[in-house]
Amino acid sequence: MVLRILKNFSKRILNSIFGRKESVKIGFYGPPNAGKTSLANRICQDWTGEEIGNVSNVPHETRHVQFKEKVEIKHKGKTMTFKIIDTPGIATKIDYEEFIKFGVKKGEAKKRAKEATQGIIESIQWLDDMEAVVIVLDATESPYSQVNITIIGNLVARKIPVLIVANKIDLKKADIKKIESTFPDYEVVGISAKDGTNMEEFYEALFRLAKKA
Amino acid sequence: MGKNYKGLSLQVIPYSEIERLTISERVKKVLTLILANKIIIIQGRLRAEEEARLIEDTMAMVDHIKNFKGIELAVIEPDMRDKGFMFKMKHSIARSLVGESSALTIIGPCSIVKEIKKDPKKMEVLLS
Repeated sequence: MVLRILKNFSKRILNSIFGRKESVKIGFYGPPNAGKTSLANRICQDWTGEEIGNVSNVPHETRHVQFKEKVEIKHKGKTMTFKIIDTPGIATKIDYEEFIKFGVKKGEAKKRAKEATQGIIESIQWLDDMEAVVIVLDATESPYSQVNITIIGNLVARKIPVLIVANKIDLKKADIKKIESTFPDYEVVGISAKDGTNMEEFYEALFRLAKKA
Repeated sequence: MGKNYKGLSLQVIPYSEIERLTISERVKKVLTLILANKIIIIQGRLRAEEEARLIEDTMAMVDHIKNFKGIELAVIEPDMRDKGFMFKMKHSIARSLVGESSALTIIGPCSIVKEIKKDPKKMEVLLS
């Protein structure tokens, strides 16, 4: 414990002298199927040439926290290094029958449900380890979910800086303004992780977020 | 033979009843009622950390209790009706840090409450 405090203290001193952290831990949080892994994959592909995890239309594809160390991102002449942490989507209910509707067999669906419940617990427990968080929301879905408020409330309580990403803006139903007006205190960037729309603006916002960490 | 009526059991919890409880006690109280298939209306709201703990404990129960699939959860703030929905959302997060006795929290087992839809004009509780 004392070692950890000393380590953090010396890190902060170094940061204040050199004005730069060696690596910023960025968590990707949000409800299931919002595109957290798609965005994390795009970033990791862009800067390391490797993906972080699988994506799927079936909810709860990510059921364990997965991360990529030392992702060096260059933007407008500046370079920052990140630890990208992709987390399972947070939900208040898990029904294996929902997975069957996507063609998953019963046994596999039950296994997936069990892993998904553990993934949600893992996501919440990892909140304390984050230095900054990108909340990924599906811009075609209603943002007025209590889960979104709960996630942001917990980050505010821990004084962790937040950036909100409105993903899937390539889809007709996407409504960024709804997300912006729902969370007026936070910066919202609209992107499409699928086709890469607006990633430059995202990196700009990511750098601003990292500086607050 | 008597006719079978389908009932809906609502349990109102006054703020005074949960005010002095610890996080664990509050969450346990909520989940005990949820397991009894009751829809709970809490006078007040849970703190952000309590909501997170509620989700964690709910997931642990989904994992261990047969046929339990989780909860639906929503918070409404009747005191701010005149302020507009966006104003309410803006303050909702700040309030979630300290709890709020004037808000109303609705929590139900998802086997009974299929969905709670919130939009700027209304809240709909859809039953299964």
